[in-house]
Amino acid sequence: MKHCEFDTAVIGGGHAGAEAASAAARSGGSVALITLRLDGIGVMSCNPAIGGVGKGHLVREIDALDGVMGRVADGAGIQFRLLNRSKGPAVQGPRAQMDRSLYRLGIQGELKSDARITLIGGEAADFVMNNGRLAGVRLADGTEIRSKTVVLTTGTFLRGVIRLGEEARPAGRVGDRASVRLAERMESLGLPLGRLKTGTPPRLDGRTIDWDGLEAQPGDASPVMLSFLSERPLVRQVSCAIAHTGAAAHDIIRENLSRSAIYGGHFEGVGPRYCPSIEDKVVRFAEKASHQVFLEPEGLDDHTVYPNGISTSLPADIQERFVHEIPGLENAVILQPGYAIEYDFVDPKALKPTLELPDLPGLFLAGQINGTTGYEEAAAQGMVAGLNAARQALGLDAAEFPRSESYIGVMIDDLTARGVTEPYRMFTSRAEFRLSLRADNADQRLTPKATGLGIVSDARRKRFDAKMEALEMAKSAIAECSLTASEGARHGIRISADGIRRTGLDLLSFPDVNVDRLAQVWPELSEIEPETARQVERDAIYGKYLERQLRSVEALKRDEGRRIPDGMDYSAISGLSRELSGKLGAARPETLGQARRIDGMTPAAMALILARIRLSERQTA
Amino acid sequence: MDTIYALSTVRGRAGLSVLRISGQDAGSALAHLGAPVPPPRRAALRDLVSPGAGRLDQAIVIHFPEGSSFTGEETVELQLHGGIATADAVLRELSSLPGFRLAKPGEFSLRALQSGRMNLTEIEGLSDLVNAETEAQRRQARRLLDGELAEKALRWRRSLLRCSALLEAVMEFADEDLPHDSVPEALALMTRLRRGLEEELAGISAGERIRDGFEVAIIGAPNVGKSTLLNRLAGREAALTSEFAGTTRDIVEVRMDLDGLPVTFLDTAGIRESKDPVERLGVERAVKRAGEADMRIVLVEGSTQAGSGTALRDGDIVLQAKADLHPDGRQGAVSGRTGEGVREMLECVTRELSRRAAAAGAASRERHREALSASIKSLNGAITEIEGAGRHEIAVEEIRQATRDLEFLLGEVDIEHVLDDLFSSLCIGK
Repeated sequence: MKHCEFDTAVIGGGHAGAEAASAAARSGGSVALITLRLDGIGVMSCNPAIGGVGKGHLVREIDALDGVMGRVADGAGIQFRLLNRSKGPAVQGPRAQMDRSLYRLGIQGELKSDARITLIGGEAADFVMNNGRLAGVRLADGTEIRSKTVVLTTGTFLRGVIRLGEEARPAGRVGDRASVRLAERMESLGLPLGRLKTGTPPRLDGRTIDWDGLEAQPGDASPVMLSFLSERPLVRQVSCAIAHTGAAAHDIIRENLSRSAIYGGHFEGVGPRYCPSIEDKVVRFAEKASHQVFLEPEGLDDHTVYPNGISTSLPADIQERFVHEIPGLENAVILQPGYAIEYDFVDPKALKPTLELPDLPGLFLAGQINGTTGYEEAAAQGMVAGLNAARQALGLDAAEFPRSESYIGVMIDDLTARGVTEPYRMFTSRAEFRLSLRADNADQRLTPKATGLGIVSDARRKRFDAKMEALEMAKSAIAECSLTASEGARHGIRISADGIRRTGLDLLSFPDVNVDRLAQVWPELSEIEPETARQVERDAIYGKYLERQLRSVEALKRDEGRRIPDGMDYSAISGLSRELSGKLGAARPETLGQARRIDGMTPAAMALILARIRLSERQTA
Repeated sequence: MDTIYALSTVRGRAGLSVLRISGQDAGSALAHLGAPVPPPRRAALRDLVSPGAGRLDQAIVIHFPEGSSFTGEETVELQLHGGIATADAVLRELSSLPGFRLAKPGEFSLRALQSGRMNLTEIEGLSDLVNAETEAQRRQARRLLDGELAEKALRWRRSLLRCSALLEAVMEFADEDLPHDSVPEALALMTRLRRGLEEELAGISAGERIRDGFEVAIIGAPNVGKSTLLNRLAGREAALTSEFAGTTRDIVEVRMDLDGLPVTFLDTAGIRESKDPVERLGVERAVKRAGEADMRIVLVEGSTQAGSGTALRDGDIVLQAKADLHPDGRQGAVSGRTGEGVREMLECVTRELSRRAAAAGAASRERHREALSASIKSLNGAITEIEGAGRHEIAVEEIRQATRDLEFLLGEVDIEHVLDDLFSSLCIGK
């Protein structure tokens, strides 16, 4: 039975799937999004928040590429906070609490309103193959969805197991033969797989929490939005609250460690070090008498509360006992116990930087299946996979994301060149060029690129052009103003007396100088709009460091391109550890840049490889 | 890669010549010379026979397999009978082998560096050791060769990484439950680290002096007996002396080993106003060189002062010249002619220079100074940022730079322009 023909089929309607479908459609392709339940599209399965440090950067980049996550999150946001406000703009990350249901509906609305996207409720059972080539998706009812390319975004469906205390059951669709067949098909490709685990906390009934006794955590007075297009929150804003665990709760946890799925030895997967379960925290930070629990409302009309900080896989009765020992939660009703989930992921080193799987051309993987964690990481991969899947179907060149240009590029490169050893989460420290890859300039970095790829709406492009025009005018006005050390001193701006005139832009890199300060010296600058002024300040603040980073970018590009000769015998480089030469031999990096990012690589080892490359270049020269 | 060979001992008449062969075909050179390869790292007596020229020598042969040699490559060492002809005969035979060539200066060390057997500071130590003439030089070179500076740099780098991690944690987990505020710990660590780097930096001048030698200038009025004193030190007529003032128009040096320290004594032209342009030039140079010397011995005769060009400064040793002509038993008198007071003078110089040399660390080169200064500068930037504006991301950027500076010290970055300079200072065969 033949359904109809699409350029790209996307399997899964989570954050990766939604973003992939939208990106593929914006690229000009016709898209089928296949998911078990249409009302499950855009569901937030874990914490009800989007953004943060690193993650907020990704959301801004997705938005700069005209993706859906940032816009929808702004519409569904019930509390906005800019993290790291006291530090510089490079590490400031916007974050927002979501009304879970508004978010889900927002995503569904976005996809439904795009005429190029067809939403198909059904179970993907297998791929359709044609002469050994991927030709679409077969549903459990036999329907064939023909497509030139497929994006698979099925999260934890590969051998997923949910664990709660001593109990274990298969994750996702219990007893569902069809999805097992798809999993078996994936397994038959002989891809390198790894095993990971992650967990969630119990959900609480907010009506049974003693809010009065808890410290409230309100949003920012002037909210910073996730999308460049948003002006202000659209719905009522709420506060979160902070509770604290204590000795009594810790004692219960410690006494029952052997009953925890994680500590009872039932798990083979590796969990994230940075998102530890409460069992983990009690054991690893035994000296700490108390841990914070952030109580996050899941929606305006939803009384469910997400207690961020106590993810657990202890049996339900133990969860109940320790939660009730937390001041403020004495009478809290648990709506759904916390649990841990263990699943296989495909070693992303098997993927190309477009997230295509070379073992099955035309198939792209995105999201948790690639070993990442987090909505934002998933959505960013969905963007890359959907964009490239459509471009391939339409016969266009692949879209590349270098790591010097975006966090998306950093993540793609980390995943495909280094692989993962624990669930991959974005951190700003993963970016060598952190000072230039900021949340605030994601549009400057990526919107022109997206315009070139043809995936940006007219509205966004016009708005971006207007912003850039204002920015350029402000910058050139400020750059034209300059003063000497003695003139600066007269205005109370301290400059080292080296005889060099400082321009207004130079002065903005001083910690105590902003545009308002400059306007006191040069009154004509007071005409600059406040929002434009703030952006000029953020662009100027890292002045001298950016120059240094720019040189590093150039050096990196040189290295990146330095080819490692085919068949390089790493075991013959005697200074290399056996472990490293094994990894290099397995990964077979094509360039020095790829070699650099192999896990455990050291500068000393890099020097050895470089020396060896130079020797072989000299010999062939 | 070519197999390289070279004579490791000085060419000439000697009891033995040691010839070293390194590279993948080193073992096959023995086969070519008709000598069975001995068990690894065991000395064996072997006849070396040329297929064309007959028996070349009977030699002690040692075979070092790959991974257990100086270069890291397969290496063969031949202990030949001494003398030019024997060595040349074997070298000639090796040169006929395909893929074999004479090593360039420092090439064995270069290969040790490339194979990761040694890092750059250790090679610098090796270079210093080969050039060491005095006990203090030998000890200092050994410290470097034994990896003292490299170990410190690696320790510093680990500390810097720790600082970054502590600061990153505060930024990355801004809204999460952290075990404790790690910024004070990072700041304390950075301050301690800076002190360590500064101490090492402060010792470099002393280290350089030990390697390149201290300079002690003998200054004083014309004809006060400076050259005679230097000649006494040299035990030979190093500086021309005469009864007439202004004889020494140039600077004459005598290099001495004072209790292991290399010390060069300089005889400078007598300082006085002169109408002779040649002599005036000599005076200018003398004043300049004496000004740059580590120590000065100022000779005075009677009440005559040192001369118009020089004022006394801290650390000068002022001695009564021509003690033999003024036998009034005054303290601090010296005579180049009779040797009176010379021993006491040398003891005094040795005491002072030993005191200064004690400050030396393992770092002893301009390259080390550059790397350490740059690293301290970056670290200062990081500390200032944390104590001031509190933009941790800038502090981390500075720490990254400080780390790169230390990697430069270890020869892990920007190594190429360092290599040529360094390896040209090593001799062939090392």
